[in-house]
Amino acid sequence: MAFDSSGRAGSLEPTSNSVQNVSASSAPLEVSRVVIESEESGVQLSLGDLWAYRELLYFLTLRDIKVRYKQTLMGAVWVVIQPLMTMLIFTLIFNKFARLDTKDIPYPLFAYSGLLLWTFFSNAVTTGTYSLVNNSHLVTKVYFPRVFMPTAAVGAGLVDLAIASLLLISLAIYYGVRPSWGALMLPLMVFLAAMLALGTGMLVSALTVKYRDLRHALPFVMQFWMFASPVIYPSSIVPEQWRWILLINPMTGILEGFRAALTGQPFDWTMIAISAAVATTLLAVAFYVFRALEDTFADVI
Amino acid sequence: MPPTAVHIKNVSKRYRIGGVHPGYMTFREMLGDAISAPFRRLRGVNGDYQMIWALREVNLEIRQGELIGIIGHNGAGKSTLLKILSRITKPTKGRVEILGRVGSLLEVGTGFHPDLTGRENVYLSGAILGMRRVEIERKFDQIVAFAEMEKFIETAVKFYSSGMYVRLAFSVAAHLEPEILIMDEVLAVGDAAFQQKCLDKMHEIRREGRTILFVSHNMQAITRLCKRAILLEAGQVVADGEPHAVVNRYLSSNWKAGAEREWPEAAEAPGDAIVRLRRVGIHDEHGKLTTVLDIHRPFRIEVTYDVDEAGHLLLPVVELCNEEGTEVFSTHDTSEVWRRQERSAGRYTSAVIVPGNLLAEGTLIAHISVMSHYPTTILHIRETNAVAFQVVDSDEGKSARGDYVGPMPGVVRPLLKWTHQSEAPK
Repeated sequence: MAFDSSGRAGSLEPTSNSVQNVSASSAPLEVSRVVIESEESGVQLSLGDLWAYRELLYFLTLRDIKVRYKQTLMGAVWVVIQPLMTMLIFTLIFNKFARLDTKDIPYPLFAYSGLLLWTFFSNAVTTGTYSLVNNSHLVTKVYFPRVFMPTAAVGAGLVDLAIASLLLISLAIYYGVRPSWGALMLPLMVFLAAMLALGTGMLVSALTVKYRDLRHALPFVMQFWMFASPVIYPSSIVPEQWRWILLINPMTGILEGFRAALTGQPFDWTMIAISAAVATTLLAVAFYVFRALEDTFADVI
Repeated sequence: MPPTAVHIKNVSKRYRIGGVHPGYMTFREMLGDAISAPFRRLRGVNGDYQMIWALREVNLEIRQGELIGIIGHNGAGKSTLLKILSRITKPTKGRVEILGRVGSLLEVGTGFHPDLTGRENVYLSGAILGMRRVEIERKFDQIVAFAEMEKFIETAVKFYSSGMYVRLAFSVAAHLEPEILIMDEVLAVGDAAFQQKCLDKMHEIRREGRTILFVSHNMQAITRLCKRAILLEAGQVVADGEPHAVVNRYLSSNWKAGAEREWPEAAEAPGDAIVRLRRVGIHDEHGKLTTVLDIHRPFRIEVTYDVDEAGHLLLPVVELCNEEGTEVFSTHDTSEVWRRQERSAGRYTSAVIVPGNLLAEGTLIAHISVMSHYPTTILHIRETNAVAFQVVDSDEGKSARGDYVGPMPGVVRPLLKWTHQSEAPK
């Protein structure tokens, strides 16, 4: 029963710092003021909120990473196994059976570098898409900038990418690739891929809240997208009349640029510029759409 | 007067409730909907959705340091209001201005992940509720100590018992220290000791001069803690002010049995050929009808009946039951004169005075009977659930509670004298 004297909150320190600010007598120096506008007042980007909650992004990313490896025997090894096994399969099919020509780059290295970046992109988009619906209990119970959910998915993906890159480095050394100044472009390519993944994930996740069948369409779309990108084949083998698909696909410039940076070959700056422009535009549009739909998330999720 | 902490201006919230759809749709449904909608309109069904207004033009001004209880039936709009203030959803119309950091607790354990350890969850949940990392780090030991979870802090939360889970989750929330705290019915979960901790914490927050808004079905908590209560009905504020009056209003709309019950038509009145019940009323010490009674004040139950056949010895009986149906006591007329006097025909009002500091807090329901027990026992009237009322403790320190605010068991709550002496001074 109830006369539990230990529960008398005696252990709690009376808090002083945050309270003094609002005491009626002293003029509050730093009291946050929030105005909640109605749905009719239009879309608010609330960029200040993103900054105020920046630490939450870190914790959500950390959560996504930790949860993934809890209760797994091999933990981070899976991050390497996924692109590695796919690489071995494609090496067998395209390199040994079909004798695909990847010019100066040995096929295993060619495929692994493509699959590494693609796996990151695809996982980031997919987990980003599901992030809102899978965390509906948070969306309906507490406020925070919802864009952090798909963003954390990309952040967690970057950590996986870093781990899987260790094997890429080993492969590059094994195949005698000499590091060049072009390698400095690698982070930029990863950054573009992350931006593109963030824009896609943000857009699709916001739409998925209302249109649930997008989650059924997504795996199929991502698979189609992979085969429409130079992940496991060089764009040079694509016949002229199909080239335009690769041109409008922002992943083309990123993947080719990534490989060029890795092996010290010349960059196709036009393709990279297209990718960067598409990624930036998509992210801006996605952010706006996300903010516009965000207000209704809690009502329809 | 303290400055305004929360200013709610003309806030309305509309929800779509589809008989057909849940909130979300699939493309196929949307296509089907686009095709069938014109036909439905032909058949005279208006629109695709039913719209309901969860809130209608709510206007409230809440001052810093106020502790406000929000009451109302399910679906009255309480949760919607809290969700708007917590920024989870936006109002359809109107606006809200908030001055100060808002912490909202709409559930216990927001953001907890079962696979993470207690430590990891303290950080995650703290960050989700709006705490800074340095703040969580600074308070981490306090949070763990308050929850009494030192031993299990490195264990995954999914292995916790539900009690442990709730303790840790609440402890994080209790250390949030917002300037404005918004709480849903979180007090309803957990065991008695946990509820006590919640109440203690709210007391402490109130003493520190912070603003609290909370939704509760616990009328005792509302009257005991708050200086102001708000009653929502169908999305509108119908009462706003002194908690006793607001709770009174809520209960009289809640219970069919109110403070008074009358039978204007003799033919419909309960009873038999000898005696019929005409009225029952609960009156405070000043004679005013009321459904809310202060625990340390006496009150009066009045029973008015018509005697149609003279010559019987009649005994009015009042039984009080609590909400769980436990009989608290039964009382009948013991007055020297009346109990031995054969009644002549006519109208009588019998009243019994119930002293203060007798009943425990809670809802009490009165059953009224009139019987004769000589020469044989005959029950003329038995009206169950005739009237209902609420006993509340307004926390003035004069009742059996003293300064204690937690749960107290028992159907009676006598104020007893305690004595103390120091046996062996050190």
